[in-house]
Amino acid sequence: MPDVLVLVDHDGEHVHKSTYELLAVARWLGDPAAVVVGSPGTAARLKDPLARHGATCVYSAESAEADEFLVTPAVDALELAVREASPAAVLVSATTDGKEVAGRLAARLDAGLLIDAVDLDSSGEVTQIVFGGSCTVRSQVTHGFPVIAVRPGSVEPEEHPVEAAERELALPPVDPAASARITARRLALAGDRPELTEASVVVSGGRGVAGADGFKVVEELADALGGAVGASRAAVDAGYYPHRFQVGQTGASVSPQLYIALGISGAIQHLAGMQTSKTIVAVNKDPEAPILALADYGVVGDLFAVAPQLAEEVTARRLGS
Amino acid sequence: MNIVVLVKQVPDTAAERTLSEADHTLDREGADLVLDEINERAAEEALVLKATLGAEISVVSMGPDSALDAIRKVLAMGADRGIHICDDRLQGSDAVTTARVLAAAVRTVADVDLVLAGNATTDGQAGVVPAVVADLLGVPQLTHIRELTVDAGRVRAERETENGEVTLDAPLPALVSVTEKINEPRYPSFKGIMAAKKKPVETVDLDDLFPDADDADFLVTRTRVVEAVPRPARAAGIRVTDDGSAGRQLVDYLIAQRLL
Repeated sequence: MPDVLVLVDHDGEHVHKSTYELLAVARWLGDPAAVVVGSPGTAARLKDPLARHGATCVYSAESAEADEFLVTPAVDALELAVREASPAAVLVSATTDGKEVAGRLAARLDAGLLIDAVDLDSSGEVTQIVFGGSCTVRSQVTHGFPVIAVRPGSVEPEEHPVEAAERELALPPVDPAASARITARRLALAGDRPELTEASVVVSGGRGVAGADGFKVVEELADALGGAVGASRAAVDAGYYPHRFQVGQTGASVSPQLYIALGISGAIQHLAGMQTSKTIVAVNKDPEAPILALADYGVVGDLFAVAPQLAEEVTARRLGS
Repeated sequence: MNIVVLVKQVPDTAAERTLSEADHTLDREGADLVLDEINERAAEEALVLKATLGAEISVVSMGPDSALDAIRKVLAMGADRGIHICDDRLQGSDAVTTARVLAAAVRTVADVDLVLAGNATTDGQAGVVPAVVADLLGVPQLTHIRELTVDAGRVRAERETENGEVTLDAPLPALVSVTEKINEPRYPSFKGIMAAKKKPVETVDLDDLFPDADDADFLVTRTRVVEAVPRPARAAGIRVTDDGSAGRQLVDYLIAQRLL
């Protein structure tokens, strides 16, 4: 079986769930090999959970400066790993960083690039959803090997314990004239909530939430459901909630089991980022709001009445069961 | 300094978009084509730098004849010259080819200090082309930027993505892609529109950009669409008007759907 390289998303201590999803996909195509890029010691910390999810090999591409530069160390590491493993495919998560890594790698190796896959089959044929959810496309690579960015949340992660071999990759020194240095980070506060792109439930607030304080209602419902909090561009632009929670064309694309839109009218740019959710619930005062036209369950009403009642009821049923 | 702004003409997002039956590429015939909004913000940032630091701004666009309209709009905003990459052989280009062609056009501009682009086009949305252009040019990428400072040969920028915010620092030359938060673009004035008609626009094709390339080997795309089907529009399901119990009713629905 040929290797299928998976770029590992991590925070230095933990592997992100999206990587386990990639490992599950990789097993359909070949033997999953995980590539860890980070400061020294990272791969050793992440090896066990990666092996538990099917990584037959863990490449460690480590250097003191790997975390200090944007995107290029990951591209360099994957390029080295490709030359070593001659893989059948390379998989990355379709995050902002992941897509940029995929593009740069494909250009360097003259490979075929498929972005934002929501499914793929054993022949490497990929399913994508384009134009804000209005069209399903199946694509394949016709030249070189496939570099595929898989949308987080599209497939279920699976445990598949194996023995993982360890390999080192000698990461070249970063050229500071060709890479941007990260001089400060204000990371998303992890908190107790799941990551937006990884959550199976997302509760989002829009302009109808009417202020930063109003988002407490959104957060409380998200917490009752064990979900992540999202926000529309209108809510983000109005300063109600930080940009990293934005769902839509210029924010994150999400595809959870359940998407609850509170006070979101449903601009086309927002729909583009959530339309592939399995079930959509919308609460809006305006019966003409476009989002109600595609919600599986639409409530015309005041979110400040409906959402707290729903949160309370969910908590009560959970405690009762 | 010399600034290159990369712009793209896209179908208006307000209009319906379809794929052509013949080759599954975007059907541009039926679409209203406009300068992608995010590019206006990239151009605005270039114009702000021109006002503060002094700069010559070149606008580069790849596309059919109609792409000239997109270039003229940025010239009307205040850019100085245009390069229109127009070649039928580029129809259906993938992101890698697009980036190679754009990078080759940037190289035709002498002593480029800064390449500016939008972070993602509204038709493709992948947001990979700016990063690939940076790789091909061998310059730092500062992408998805909401705040930009250029000073003393360095660029400092605030990047905002779903992973949080980072501050980036790099020497020039560099490539910057901006988000919609960066600024509010100006409208072209009547004077600007008239002046734009006299500004030089050079039209180039693949032979100009890659004089040594073997035409037969030029790859337009490394992928192929096997099938494209419209997704059935999501239809409205249950609709209730809150009578004071909608939250409780919703729980029953979620349980029935096995979502709780």
